[in-house]
Formats: sequence, structure tokens, C-alpha cells
Amino acid sequence: MASKMIRDVIRDTIDAEMARDDSLIMLGEDIVGGNGAPGGPEAIGGIWGTSGGLWAKYGPDRVIDTPISESAIIGAAAGAALTGKRAIAEIMFADFIGVCMDQIWNQVAKFRYMFGGKSRCPITIRMPYGAGYNAAPQHSQVIHQFVTAMPGLKVVMPTTPADTKGLLAQSIRDDDPVIFLEHKALYAVKGEVPDEDYVIPFGHARQVTQGDDITILATGMMVGFAEKAAADLAQDGIGCDLLDLRTTSPLDEEAILDSVERTGRLLIVDEAPPRCSLATDLSALVAGKAFSSLKAPIEMVTPPHSPVPFARELESAYLPSPEKIVAAAVRLMSYRKV
Amino acid sequence: MQLSREALLKAYRQMKTIRLFEERLHDEIALGEIAGFTHLYAGQEACAVGVCEHLGPKDYIISTHRGHGHCIAKGCDVIDMMKEIYGSRDGLCKGKGGSMHIADVNVGMLGANGIVGAGAPIAVGAGITAKSNGTVSIAFSGDGACNQGTTFEAMNMAVVLKLPVIFVFENNHYSEHTGEAYAVGAESMTARAAAFGMKAIKADGIDFFSVYDAMRELIDHCKAGNGPASIELDCERFYGHFEGDPQRYRGKGELERIREERDAIRTFRQKVTEAKLLDHGDLDAVDAEVAALIDRAVAESKAATRPTAADVTQDVYISY
Ligand SMILES: Cc1ncc(C[n+]2csc(CCOP(=O)(O)OP(=O)(O)O)c2C)c(N)n1
Ligand SMILES: [Mg+2]
Repeated sequence: MASKMIRDVIRDTIDAEMARDDSLIMLGEDIVGGNGAPGGPEAIGGIWGTSGGLWAKYGPDRVIDTPISESAIIGAAAGAALTGKRAIAEIMFADFIGVCMDQIWNQVAKFRYMFGGKSRCPITIRMPYGAGYNAAPQHSQVIHQFVTAMPGLKVVMPTTPADTKGLLAQSIRDDDPVIFLEHKALYAVKGEVPDEDYVIPFGHARQVTQGDDITILATGMMVGFAEKAAADLAQDGIGCDLLDLRTTSPLDEEAILDSVERTGRLLIVDEAPPRCSLATDLSALVAGKAFSSLKAPIEMVTPPHSPVPFARELESAYLPSPEKIVAAAVRLMSYRKV
Repeated sequence: MQLSREALLKAYRQMKTIRLFEERLHDEIALGEIAGFTHLYAGQEACAVGVCEHLGPKDYIISTHRGHGHCIAKGCDVIDMMKEIYGSRDGLCKGKGGSMHIADVNVGMLGANGIVGAGAPIAVGAGITAKSNGTVSIAFSGDGACNQGTTFEAMNMAVVLKLPVIFVFENNHYSEHTGEAYAVGAESMTARAAAFGMKAIKADGIDFFSVYDAMRELIDHCKAGNGPASIELDCERFYGHFEGDPQRYRGKGELERIREERDAIRTFRQKVTEAKLLDHGDLDAVDAEVAALIDRAVAESKAATRPTAADVTQDVYISY
């Protein structure tokens, strides 16, 4: 066991997987850094500090710095993966998915199906995402709602260092394309990480807190917010069953439905705007399959239907917060059928 | 150099405003008062000003993440820009966009942009309007953005549609931490632009007069109906990619050298005083005036109205 930050776990896991599998390559902008510059290659090792030292160890044929060309990054990763390699592609900010959406949505996600099941496209697309840095409308967004809606993609959203290791190793070894979403605000989160090699299979939520009154579903940075809210609610005798979904595709339907059947109340916390989102998808699931257990209408704590604003006051008003989650929980508990 | 004394003083004032705006931001950001990512334009002043001194409010420009200089040169209000960077409700974009998204369409400034390579296609559209107005549309891009597919598509479409669009490539030799020598595969950005079928030239991006004269030629070329053009400006970025960048990719002594030998403000001063067009007293007076403006901008920004939660959902739709 060692205590590590999520960003270091990502680096170390990629390192271990590169050592384990010679066919694994990685591509991205500035993942080496300093190429073609007087300060020389590896002047940075990735702006997020998630690829330092890898170029020196594995060389330029496996750790590939690219020009600013998101479409070609995903296309190249896909082409390499279709022809026998395994690839990790880094898109520096998830917001830039707009530039390479065709490669992800029409190409990578659909190859296997369109080709009659005869191909594999083992690529892991890593994307730092999320708000909290006042990085303004084009550098603060979540995108899990879009990629979860796309058949053919698996979607992973780790929140702890130990989960990051097991889920990233599983993503890289998986023969399907995986969107691996790293919340920027969680990079510095520290925690114990087992030393041995392990993978965490997809489709299994993590039980964060246990309680009988309210089921809370969350992903990414929202898990920590919900955990804080659950601690406050526990003081008032309200028990929360908090599930960190970990993967949104595949989804752990069983854990969700089991919990709601026990608590009868559902609160979903999502960093995406409220329309056509993960939150609405989860509500539909529970309304359809656990309707008779529900004691109150489903509560969703989400940002409003607006872009992510820049100013500090605006961004914090925009985002869900532990206080907003507590308020929603209180509404749920005080609901009475009339 | 056929510029009037007033025109020279104005060009100098614009460059100096950009320089002091950015130097002051560098200091204020270090104090922790400004949120978000800020990319400073200091070092590249002659590019923005050498281009924009030819333009009027019906000419359009579109900018990049490193947009403050383009905004100032195109005539955005400096105090309102500063307020925006401070996230004030009184800012040019009401605190919604911040440094990376400053825009004022009323002066023909179609926005700084957080997405590298997003500007050039939009400039093509502004070029459709410009063609009907008899004006021009300018796309500022960097040596990094020039490698984005969107830039290629925009260049080709502007040629096909024969639009009055000028692609201005500010080659500061770095895209974030990566050198131009690694990332630009062609012999040069100019050679690549020429291959798209447009007039493509180079100028010295630290020399206002070099940029200004070259732009005169390109604007005339575009307005005569010859389709788009491109210019590559050799320039320097005096600060990191963003504030907080440790700049380990720089060579030993590189920053000192470019600040010593490749300074647009010093170059301008030297040229106009040696040619006896202006004297140091004229220029010092501008310096003092600009310094007072920047002080005022910062003081007003710190005291400006803060936005509130109710502002979050304003300006998404006109009606809903
Ligand atoms: C589509 C997209 N990819 C990557 C980035 C991250 N990024 C921001 S600026 C930049 C470098 C741009 O270099 P250049 O075009 O030379 O402009 P400069 O920073 O030198 O002004 C990168 C990679 C981005 N903002 N958008
Ligand atoms: Mg550059």
C-alpha cells in the first residue's frame, strides 16, 4: 500500500501497462512536451503531470507527441488499434471532444458493430473534465452524458486513487473502446493504493455510505459533495445509501434498484445540465423498474440549463454543492402524498 | 513610413496599452485575485496593432486564447476588458467569459476563443459578410492552431469562395510547450498557405512597420477581389504559455535574449526616434497616459459589481 494522488496513479498505471504490453502506445498534445524546443523533449511530461518520464522510458515510437489535431489523434489511435496495437489517446480537456466527435462517435464507437463483430478497437480515450477552476465555458464541461448515450462506448469515471488504478488497467486491457474521464478537481486527491496488479470490472458501483432513508447516485466530483452532504444528514438522523457509479456504461442497474427498493427515495447528483442527462436516464430507469418502491418524487441536483460561467460567484452558483444536496434530501424526507 | 504623427502616436499608444495591460495582469495574477486561465500577449504587440491599425468597425477579426492584444488593438474598451478578466458583472461579457472569451461584436471583434483552431472557419463566414460590405475579415491563429484541420478547411473554403479573408499566423515558435520545429510539418506555414492557392507572405512580427506595410498590400489584394491571403509573423511570447507555466522548454538565456533583442516596443521607439518622426518626450507622455489608464482599469475592476446567482441563466436565449 502506498498513499498516492490520482494524477500519479494514472501515470504509474500507464507505466505498468506499457511495461506489460509492448503493443500499447499513447498519443496526445504535449504528453511529452518540449519536442522541437530548445529545452528539449520531456520538458513537461503532460500538462496534467500524467505522463512524466514515460517518453524517456518507452521512446518516441510508443509515447507520441502530436500537433494540435484532435481528429487525427483519435483517428490515429483508432487506426493503430484496428491493426493490432492497443492505444491510449489523451484529449487535453474533455471540452475538445467537439473537434474529434466524428472519430469517436461515427468511427471508434461503431467499427465493431458495422464490421459484423469482426474487429476490435482497444483504445482508451482519456479526457480531463469538469468545472471548479473558473476555466470558463469551453474548459469546464462534463461530457459523460453524450458518450454514455453512444452505443459502442464504455464510460468510466473514477473518483478514488485505488479505483483509478483498477479501472484504468481494465480500460487499457479491455478490447472495446473506453472513454476514461478524469475530473480535474480530483487529480490531487490522495489515498491508499494497493501495490499488486488488479483490475476492477466495469458495471459495479462503489458503496460510499450506507443508510436506509435515501439512495444518492453520483459520479466524479459530485461523489465527494454527496459524501459531505450525507455526513451532515446523518447528524440529523437521515441515513443515505450513497453509490459512486464508477462506470456509466455499463451501468450497475442491480445496485441502484436494490438500494431504491430499500430506501424508497432517490436523489441524483449530476454535474451535467438537467436536460437529456445521466440524471434523467437514471430517473427513467428507477421510475420504470422500481416505481412501486418510491415514496416521493425523484430529486435531481444539477446545474441549470446554461453553459458553465467564468466568474467565481457564477461558477459556484452554477454547480451542485453539499448544501444543495442537503436541501434536496430534506425535501425528499418531508414529502407527503396529498 | 508614411504615417502621420497622430497615426504613429496612436499605434504606439495601442502597443503600449497592450504591454502594460499584460504586465499588470502578470502581477495581479500572482496576487491570486484573478480566477481561471490567463494567456498573456506581451511580446506580440506589433502583430495585433500592425494588423488592426488598418481596420475599421466593419472589418472583422477573430482571435485566440491569447486574445487581449487583439481585443485592445481592435478597439475593445480597456477598462471593461479588465473588469471582465476580474469576473465583474460590469465586464465586457458580464463575467460570463473571462480572459479567454473577451468579445465585442460591436467593434468587429468576434471573440477570443478557448478552442484552438475554432476561429478560422468563423472568419470565413465573417468574410462572406465582409465581401458584401467591401471590408475584410481577419483570422488570427498561432503556429499551433495552424495544424488543426479546421484551419485547413477554412483556408481552402476561403480560396474556393474567393473571400476577403486574411489568415494571420503569429509564429511565436511554441504551441504550449511544443516547438514549431516539431509540430509544423511543412517547410513553413507560409509555404503551406501558398499551397492552398492564396497569396502568402511573411513579415517581422516585432516590427510594427514591417507588419503594417505587409498588411496594406494584403488588404488591397483582398479588396480587389483576389480572394484570401495569408501572412506569417515571426514574433516572441514574453511570458509562459499561461500564467503559472514554469517554461522548462525554453533555452538557456532565451527569455533574456528575446526581451533584449526582440522587443516590439523598443523597436518602434528606436525606429521613430532615429527617423526623427517622434521624440522620446512624445513617447514618454504616452507611457504616462497609458500607465494611468491601466491603474484606473485595475482600481475600477477591483471595486466593480460582482455577478450573482440570478445572472447564471441570463443570456442563454433571447426568448425561451
Ligand atoms: C482544440 C484545442 N486543443 C488544444 C487546446 C489546448 N491549447 C490551448 S493553447 C494551445 C497552444 C496553441 O498554440 P498556438 O496556436 O501556437 O498559440 P499560442 O499559444 O502560441 O499563442 C493548446 C494546445 C485547446 N485550447 N483547444
Ligand atoms: Mg504559438
